[in-house]
Amino acid sequence: MRPIHCNSFGYLLALLLSAVTYNAHAALTIEITGGATLQIPVAIAPFIGEDGYPDKLSKVIAADLARSGLFKLIDTAGMPVPRTPADVRVNDWKAKGVSALAIGTIVAQAGGRLDVQFRLIDTVRQDAAQVIQLAGYSLPTNAAQLRLTAHQIADIIFEKLTGNPGAFATRIAYITKRGAIHELQIADSDGYNAQTVLSSREPIISPAWSPDGTKLAYVAFDQKKPIVYVQMLASGKRQTIANFKGNNSAPAWSPDGRQLAVVLSRDGLAQIYTINADGSGLKRLTTSASIDTEPNWSPDGKYLLFTSDRGGSPQIYRMPAYGGEAVRLTFEGSYNVTPRYSPDGKSFAFIRRDGGKFRVAMQDIISGQVQVLTDNSLDESPSWAPNGKMILYATQVLGRGVLAAVSSDGRVKQKLSSQVGDVREPAWGPLLKPKL
Amino acid sequence: MKRIPLYLLLTSLLAACASEPNKTQPSAQVEDRTQASKSAQSGDSTRPLVPPQQQGVNPLKDPSNILSKRSVFYDYDSFEVKPEYKSMVEAHGNYLASHPQAKVFLQGNTDERGSREYNLALGQKRADGVRKMVSLMGAKPEQTESVSFGEEKPRAECHEESCWSQNRRTDIVYQGE
Repeated sequence: MRPIHCNSFGYLLALLLSAVTYNAHAALTIEITGGATLQIPVAIAPFIGEDGYPDKLSKVIAADLARSGLFKLIDTAGMPVPRTPADVRVNDWKAKGVSALAIGTIVAQAGGRLDVQFRLIDTVRQDAAQVIQLAGYSLPTNAAQLRLTAHQIADIIFEKLTGNPGAFATRIAYITKRGAIHELQIADSDGYNAQTVLSSREPIISPAWSPDGTKLAYVAFDQKKPIVYVQMLASGKRQTIANFKGNNSAPAWSPDGRQLAVVLSRDGLAQIYTINADGSGLKRLTTSASIDTEPNWSPDGKYLLFTSDRGGSPQIYRMPAYGGEAVRLTFEGSYNVTPRYSPDGKSFAFIRRDGGKFRVAMQDIISGQVQVLTDNSLDESPSWAPNGKMILYATQVLGRGVLAAVSSDGRVKQKLSSQVGDVREPAWGPLLKPKL
Repeated sequence: MKRIPLYLLLTSLLAACASEPNKTQPSAQVEDRTQASKSAQSGDSTRPLVPPQQQGVNPLKDPSNILSKRSVFYDYDSFEVKPEYKSMVEAHGNYLASHPQAKVFLQGNTDERGSREYNLALGQKRADGVRKMVSLMGAKPEQTESVSFGEEKPRAECHEESCWSQNRRTDIVYQGE
C-alpha cells in the first residue's frame, strides 16, 4: 500500500476558528440534471468503523462519484461487508453488475489520529482465484477531516476508473446575496462546510483563488468604489492590493502566485496592469483607447486572455503576459466575454451571446473551433475544475441566481442551489494538497 | 415572507446612495427644457450662465432648472450620449466651469446582462464619456471623477427591459449631496 500523508488539520482548524459562521450541513444542494450515457457501475461498501462518526465515509465517497455523472452507484445493502480483499466474493458483486468495489476500515490511532485503509477491487476480472486490487492506500487523518479523506478516496477511484484525475478534494468560492447582505463564502466541492469569508452591505465580485489555495483575491465595494483585496483564509487578514483612482477590479493570479493581473481605470478607461502579490511593482500592460478587462493567465504563465471592445464589440484577445501585440481569438457573434484558460491550456471557456441568450462556450485555441455547452439564457463567470473536466458557472433560474456546472463535453450537467437568496461569481479552487 | 422587507430595505438603501439626485425627479427621463438648454448652449464658457445661489434658490435642486436633471440613459451595449441628453450634460459642464469649488462624481451603471467585470468597465466608459463632455465645457480635471458600479447597484430590480433601461445610466452626483 502506498500511503498518502495529510497533515492539513492545523490549517483547517484555523479556518474554522476564523470563520464568521460554520455550517456542517450542505449550504449548496447539488443535483444532477444530465449524466453521461455510459456510466461505470461501482459499489462502495460501508467502511468498517465508520458508524462512530457523523459523516459516513462510504456515503460521502458514493455521493461524490454519483454527482460526477460518470458512475452508477450499486446498492450494497444485503451484501456481506468485506474486511479484507480475501473476503470479497467477486462473483457475487459481478452478478450485481458491479465492475469495481471499494472497501475500507477506519483504524483509531494514538492521540486522536485515524488511519483510513482503503482498497479498490476489480470485480470483473479475477486472477487465479486471487482478487485484483486496483488501488490500495492508507490515509492518516482525524475525525474533523474525515470528509476531506473521503473526497481524496473519491478522487483516487475517479482516476483509477476514468483515467483522469478527480477534483472532489477541492473547495469553491462564491458570492451570496441575501436581502442587502453580500457574502463571500467558501465551501467544499460537494457544498458542505460552508464558511463566510467576508460579509458586507456593499457588493463583492470576482473572487480568485491563489494557486496554493491559501488566499482569495476579490473586489469589494465597501469603500463605495471597487478595490482589489487579497485575504488570507487561515487568519482572515486582508491586504489592499489595488486602490487607485477610479475602479480597481478583475484580479487574476499568475500561475506562480507571485503576481496578479488587475484592471484599473486610473488613466480613464479600464486597462490591464500587473502588480506583485504584495501590491508593489505596478506595470501597465495594455494601452488602448478601449475597454480591456477580464485578464486570465495561461497555465504556463506566458499569455493573458482578455476581453476588449477595441474592434467595436466585446471580443476575446490574447497577448504575451509581459505586454505586447494582442491577437483577436473570437469572431463569431457580437459579444464574447470572460475567457478562462482550461487547465491544460489548449482551450478556453467563455460566455457568448447568441440571439440575446448568454451561454457557456468553449473554444479550441489552435483550431478556433467553438462548442456551446449550455442552453440557458443568462450564464456568467465560468470557472474550471482543476482537472479540466467540469466548468462551474453562474446562471439564473426563475429570476434567482444559482450556480451550475457542465462537463467539458457538455454531457453532464449539475445545478447547485442555495435555500436562500442569490448565489453567483463561482471560483473553483485548486486541489487540496496534503502537507508532508 | 421574510424576503420582502429585506428587498425593500435594499431598494431604499440603493435609492439613498445611488439615486439621491433624482429625489425631485420622479420621472427618470430628461425632458427637453428648451429655455434652459438654449441658454446653456448659447453660453460663453468664461461667463457664468447660471448665477450661483441666486436669491437662495439652489439651481442644482430647482426642479425648473435643467441642472436638477442628473441622469443620462443609454441604449443596450452603448456608451454614446444620445442627443436629448447633451444640453443637460453641457449645462453641468458650464456650471462646473463657473463654480470652481464644485466637484462631481460621474457614476456609470449597466443592466444585469452579461459579464459583471465587462459591465463594470462599460459603466466606466459611460461615466468617462460624460466626464469628457463636461471637461470640454471647461470643468477642470480635479472637479470631476468618473466611477462605475457596473451592474452591482441596479435602480430597478426586475429582470426585463422596463428595469434594464433604467439601469443603463450615468448619474451626475455633486460632492456633498
